Amino acid sequence: MSANGTKIQIELKGVSKAYGGVIANKDISLQVPEGKITGLIGPNGSGKTTLFNSIVGYHPIDEGSIAFEGREISTLRVPEIARLGMLRTFQQTRIYKKMNCVENMVISISHRGGGGLAGVFKSAKDAATVERAEHLLEFVGLYSKRKLISGELSFGQQKLLEFAMALMNQPKVLLLDEPTAGINPTLINGLIDRLKRANEEFGVTLFVIEHNMRVIMNLAEKISCLAHGELLATGTPEDIQNDRRVIDAYLGAH
Amino acid sequence: MSARTLDFSVYAVLIAFALAAPFVFPNYTSQVAVMWLMVLMAVTWDMTGGQMGYNSLGNVIFFGLGMYASAVVQIGLVYDVAEYTSAFGAIVVDFNDTQYFTGLVLGIVAGGVVSTIFAIIVGPFMLGLRGPYFAIGTLGLAVAVAELVSGWEYVGGGGGISMPVYPGIAGEGSLVWYILLGLLALSAHLFCRWLYSTQFGLAINAIRDDEDKAEAMGIQTTRYKVVTWVASAFFMGMGGAVFGNMSGFIEPLEVAFPTTTFGIFMVAMALVGGKGTLWGPVLGAILFHVVKEWTWTYLLGWQWVALGAIIIINVVYFQQGILGWAQDKWPRLFGVSVDRGPSETSVEAAE
Amino acid sequence: MLDNLSLLWQAPIIGVDLLLQGLFIGAIFALVAYGLALVWGVMNVKNLAQGDMVILGGYIAYQATLWGLHPIVALPAAIVLMFGLGWGIYVLIIRRVVDRDMFTSLLATFGLSLLIQQVLNLIYGPEVKVAESGFGSMEIGSFIIIQNVRLYSLLLAGVLAAAIIVFMKRSRMGQAIRATAQDARAARVLGVNTDHVYAFTYALNASICGAAGVLVAMIWVIQPYYGIVYSIRAFIIVTAAGLGNLPGVIIAGFGLGMWENVSGFVFGAEFAVAAVVLMLVFVLMYRLAQSYRVRQVVR
Repeated sequence: MSANGTKIQIELKGVSKAYGGVIANKDISLQVPEGKITGLIGPNGSGKTTLFNSIVGYHPIDEGSIAFEGREISTLRVPEIARLGMLRTFQQTRIYKKMNCVENMVISISHRGGGGLAGVFKSAKDAATVERAEHLLEFVGLYSKRKLISGELSFGQQKLLEFAMALMNQPKVLLLDEPTAGINPTLINGLIDRLKRANEEFGVTLFVIEHNMRVIMNLAEKISCLAHGELLATGTPEDIQNDRRVIDAYLGAH
Repeated sequence: MSARTLDFSVYAVLIAFALAAPFVFPNYTSQVAVMWLMVLMAVTWDMTGGQMGYNSLGNVIFFGLGMYASAVVQIGLVYDVAEYTSAFGAIVVDFNDTQYFTGLVLGIVAGGVVSTIFAIIVGPFMLGLRGPYFAIGTLGLAVAVAELVSGWEYVGGGGGISMPVYPGIAGEGSLVWYILLGLLALSAHLFCRWLYSTQFGLAINAIRDDEDKAEAMGIQTTRYKVVTWVASAFFMGMGGAVFGNMSGFIEPLEVAFPTTTFGIFMVAMALVGGKGTLWGPVLGAILFHVVKEWTWTYLLGWQWVALGAIIIINVVYFQQGILGWAQDKWPRLFGVSVDRGPSETSVEAAE
Repeated sequence: MLDNLSLLWQAPIIGVDLLLQGLFIGAIFALVAYGLALVWGVMNVKNLAQGDMVILGGYIAYQATLWGLHPIVALPAAIVLMFGLGWGIYVLIIRRVVDRDMFTSLLATFGLSLLIQQVLNLIYGPEVKVAESGFGSMEIGSFIIIQNVRLYSLLLAGVLAAAIIVFMKRSRMGQAIRATAQDARAARVLGVNTDHVYAFTYALNASICGAAGVLVAMIWVIQPYYGIVYSIRAFIIVTAAGLGNLPGVIIAGFGLGMWENVSGFVFGAEFAVAAVVLMLVFVLMYRLAQSYRVRQVVR
């Protein structure tokens, strides 16, 4: 429990990661509170995606600890972490391109609980699952495209599909890597709205990397800013907007 | 016509042909039996190669293991295997009917089981290899197993084993092999049709499309991959057991583990028909086998050169295969929808 | 079977002999593997016809002896002929699979491998052939007998390797090849004709295989279907050494040659091929284990 009574879902303590000689993350400590939207910003190359990759298990970290709901996860691998209920989306959208949207959704159901293989021999057209899939596709605005081969969707639609797939999995936490990058600007407001609704209606904690300042200031309740691999500041959107160091980092002052 | 009725009409036509063929072409029973074997091979190869994206060049291992397992069981029930094989066919064992048919049934089951066990053991390792490493690894494994069996005196080494002779009247035997291979092909295909309609089928398709994404979504990829390969091995093992009996004599390099004939045929057939489709491997196998049987003898030794050329042309110029091509051309027939309206509209409409 | 192991223990000089012989054949393996690594690294094509190109080179040497020539004469001929053939194969087949997924190139070259095997089989028949060099042998001590032809081929392999390295470092084409290997798109933007580079690389690889084949035909025997084992050997070496690691390729080549000789001696010749292929499986497993280490215990 943190001071103001919300539970901490992800807690990073002193996380460092270097590639060869390049330090990508240095001594980063931050907390993601449960049920909230937390933002992660920083100039290009500041180590945001590296930090995401460390959290969800793509590579080992050099130092520090990462805890998810009090459990140390820094030694677990990607699928294990995913099955704990922590998912991520990719900057370069990744979907199953030769399958149609509904199939993409159906196979994204939660694989938690380790119920063995028996459950998977359910029909791919299992009514309840398909209904939930279609409901979520409607939620992101892809209902009319549900029978299409997903590889034929536009880039923005693929991003929405990937988001819907993540929701289908009913994760506890969703790490979004630049959800608005490459999306038609006229659609961004709709996306922000959906992210907020996913957070409120489905109770999914969101941890979002975002370049678009307007988006992140609208979205997040708490924002952390990285620069040169180090944590510069953490605070409310107002604090961050007025933080001298953050402004310097973005303007290129050192 | 819905996909379901289409499927069942194709089954009906094929089964009708299968039932009629031994009467209509009594001289070609063995050839048609081998055609069913080819269908079995293409369909089981496609389970991993087409549906899961794991292109094995060594699935012939299961074929050969099944063959040898059945041989050892069938002979071992009545006789000491080592003594039998060391005589190189000089010993003709007389099996009475009960012994023979008990042995045959147990042998076929053993063929399936041994291949299954082998797949369970090597699966987690081999299927950890991705892309070309998996293809080369399985090819290497097939060559290694063939060489090891060649050097294994107990099963006759490179000299091979003469299988027990079918006890019935002439011609009856080939009918039995015909029926067994036909049933195996049919049951393998029905199994696949069911498997691909489940969420398990979606999972292996997901692994084919983007394995890293599937892992990131929490899918237990290794489990799915091994189960698929094991299922494929089970059918292939039984097919090998039947084929061993059918050919009457088995040896490691040419009959049991022929990486450059059966081993590559199964890949080529699935590719010709359209890999990753339900009927593509069947179509490819039938076409391939019919054309092969018709033209082979007229090619005067050039048939193997032609095979190499077919594979190259197929891969380089016509990779999607016949059904893959048809699916691109007439997607509606295959239940695939294509986008007709302008994109993004629905997204805006939903807001 | 394992009697030989104790023999090895009693007379260690046999071991020295085995290792030395392994060194000679290892040099040729390394040469073939270097060609594979080149094609793999530059154009991302896994050439399964590698071994068959080696055998093809061997038949060029054999053909020379049929015409009453010394097989060593075939070395330059094989280099030139195989270069032309490699270029032709590139234009007809490889060019169309370079940008496709990896299994496509693998299968296309597997088809090519079958094609070469069968053409050789039709022309020369399935019997094993040898290109007699007529070189003598020399004795070191009382146990170690070295056939001169092996020594010469080791030297020739070294000279060829050195020539290729100098070529890659110094010539315009060599630089273009290295640039393309690093980033084909960037090379294209900077005016490198990558299609030309690919064709040259594939042809160069065919030349290397052809030259290695001539040496193989002089030292051992060739047969139309022996190619696949050479392909597998090349894959073992490249997989173990990694791409763009020339010292690694040489060491792995020598290592494989020695392993083959020793295991052939200990387990018997009938298991020699199995020993090679199991080495492939072992090397692949090693790679797999490496990739699993990616996320392990911190520190």
